[in-house]
Amino acid sequence: MDALLQFLFSGLTVGAVYALVALGFTIIYNASDVVNFAQGEFVMLGGMITVFTYQAGLPLPLAAVIAILVTSAIGVALNKLAIEPARGAPVVSLIIITIGASIVIRGATQLIFDKQLHRFPSFSGDDPIHVLGATILPQSLWVIAGALAVFVGLWIFFTRTLTGKAVLATANNRVAAQLVGINTGWVMTLSFGLSAAIGAFAGVLVTPITLVGYDVGVALALKGFAAAMLGGMGNPKGALVGGLLLGCFEALTAGYLSSQYKEAVAFIVILGVLFVMPQGLFGSKSTERV
Amino acid sequence: MMSKTTTALATLAALGALTGAAQAEIRLGVSVSATGPAAFLGDPEAKTLEMLVEQLNEEGGINGEEIALTLYDDGGDPNKARTFATRLVEDDEVVAIIGGSTTGTTMSILSVAEDEGIPFISLAGAISIIDPVREFVFKTPHTDRMACEKIFTDMQAQDITRIGMISGTDGFGASMQAQCKDVAGEYGIEIVADETYGPQDADMTPQLTRIRNTDGVQAVLNPGFGQGPAIVTRNVAQLGFEVPLYQSHGVASDAFIELAGAEAAEGLRLPGTALLIADKLAEDDAQYEVVTSYTEAYKAKYDQDVSTFGGYAHDAFALIVDAISRAGDSEDPQAIRDALEETSGLVGTTGTYAFSPEDHLGLDLSAFRMLEIKDGDWLSVE
Repeated sequence: MDALLQFLFSGLTVGAVYALVALGFTIIYNASDVVNFAQGEFVMLGGMITVFTYQAGLPLPLAAVIAILVTSAIGVALNKLAIEPARGAPVVSLIIITIGASIVIRGATQLIFDKQLHRFPSFSGDDPIHVLGATILPQSLWVIAGALAVFVGLWIFFTRTLTGKAVLATANNRVAAQLVGINTGWVMTLSFGLSAAIGAFAGVLVTPITLVGYDVGVALALKGFAAAMLGGMGNPKGALVGGLLLGCFEALTAGYLSSQYKEAVAFIVILGVLFVMPQGLFGSKSTERV
Repeated sequence: MMSKTTTALATLAALGALTGAAQAEIRLGVSVSATGPAAFLGDPEAKTLEMLVEQLNEEGGINGEEIALTLYDDGGDPNKARTFATRLVEDDEVVAIIGGSTTGTTMSILSVAEDEGIPFISLAGAISIIDPVREFVFKTPHTDRMACEKIFTDMQAQDITRIGMISGTDGFGASMQAQCKDVAGEYGIEIVADETYGPQDADMTPQLTRIRNTDGVQAVLNPGFGQGPAIVTRNVAQLGFEVPLYQSHGVASDAFIELAGAEAAEGLRLPGTALLIADKLAEDDAQYEVVTSYTEAYKAKYDQDVSTFGGYAHDAFALIVDAISRAGDSEDPQAIRDALEETSGLVGTTGTYAFSPEDHLGLDLSAFRMLEIKDGDWLSVE
């Protein structure tokens, strides 16, 4: 019994990391149908910039805020310098541009910072919390709480605010959105800035657990992407549930079956779900009107 | 890198023109992974070699001949490594090659070196590089099999017979896992739990819980490098799993203690080289002089701490310089190879090398020192 609980704690910890990355995908996707493969780099930047500003002597909360602001600015720059000039290009081209951007960010990071692994202290210490014979680290609770907070924030943003609805409208039909007075250029800038900020926020939360180096972004982006696909791309609820499910599949497989097969099993489950529900668990069915 | 070499050549040419006599030079080729996924290996290797060549040339070179270094960065890509090795032999006409940060790139360079008859010292770990012995191929790092043997010797001394293993699925972890399973029997050790994790995994508590729930596990061994071993160490502490934990030489660096946290890493053991405890070596230690001078020079030049990997490059360079100075003819790769094979008693940072026609690694278990982490620092337990 304590083993099962330990596996679930592990799954929730890892799953919350995936969920935070997956949540970062939703805004840009909702604004432009673009899957931003540089999302993992935003997470990495959040961690790396915090590490170096913290090492420079700033208090951790301030270092984290600086990292989130700088990364957000980088997200805006990515939109202005790479996505906007390619306006009108098909979505696939834009996705490829984000892959290129992720390579550039990774290269620049290893030149500006370094190629080593880093970490900064956990927010509330490293003493594990014991629950019925299983243990969980306080930092895991921070990550889970962070994922929930971002989820609630995004859900309110998309359903309760005019700006959020403007973002959805832009994705739906850019010309129509412009006709009703939505500044679509501004919506794109906003969505890149917000996505980058969410990514950086994820990086700040997960670094004490996963450690950070210039090359951690790719793996995070892939797992986050898988989680988002499982839950339904563009839906914050899907990102959260998809991430947690993926984490728990992996932990339970590693715990009960074999650690050799944990990723294989997780991906077979994803394939199975997508086979039955191509839009993911919570994805909306898109209808194309002719 | 290239421009530096070209400048060096131009300067030499200019000097030759001025004095009217061309100065002889020894052309040394290097291909390491200074960038890319293996940059943590190749970066200190490249820096070490550049520093040592500069030092040697300032001191007057080998028998009055300066070394001209041609250094390529293969980015950890075996295809690029092969191209650069070919270029080193055909265009740059080098007399010896150092490089191959990873086993993959080493295998590419190795075939070129064997075909062209150029002595090659590899900086990668796998035992397959020198077993079976290839005429022109040598290597400086100890093999992962030796790391397993060193760890098992230490376990034996503590009457540990049943262990759990948790290994990374990256090349290093997988190779060492296989080697350890292979030699465990010789030390009367039974591996009763065998778990793995992916190189980017964030939590290993499920695997460790399985090991803990296996009957009679007396110690845990974790072959791997990168963030995995640091996370395993933290997870072991989190679970309150109180058996001796052994890590591999793959994480033998000060950065590891920082990543794992001094508290979680307390009491952990691993096989490492003298470089790691440079400041604690006794002055009468055979390696004291070479280790101290290398660590001090590197720190002064780059303001970084040395790593075991830079030490491999340091030793490869020392071996080449020693062989060339004994070979008599610095233009003849075959003579250099023969001199290299006759190396004996050369003290490096990794250990004391003695090559023979049957042994192109030339290190024994004494090159490893069993280290323990105590109060956030390394302590030699021998």
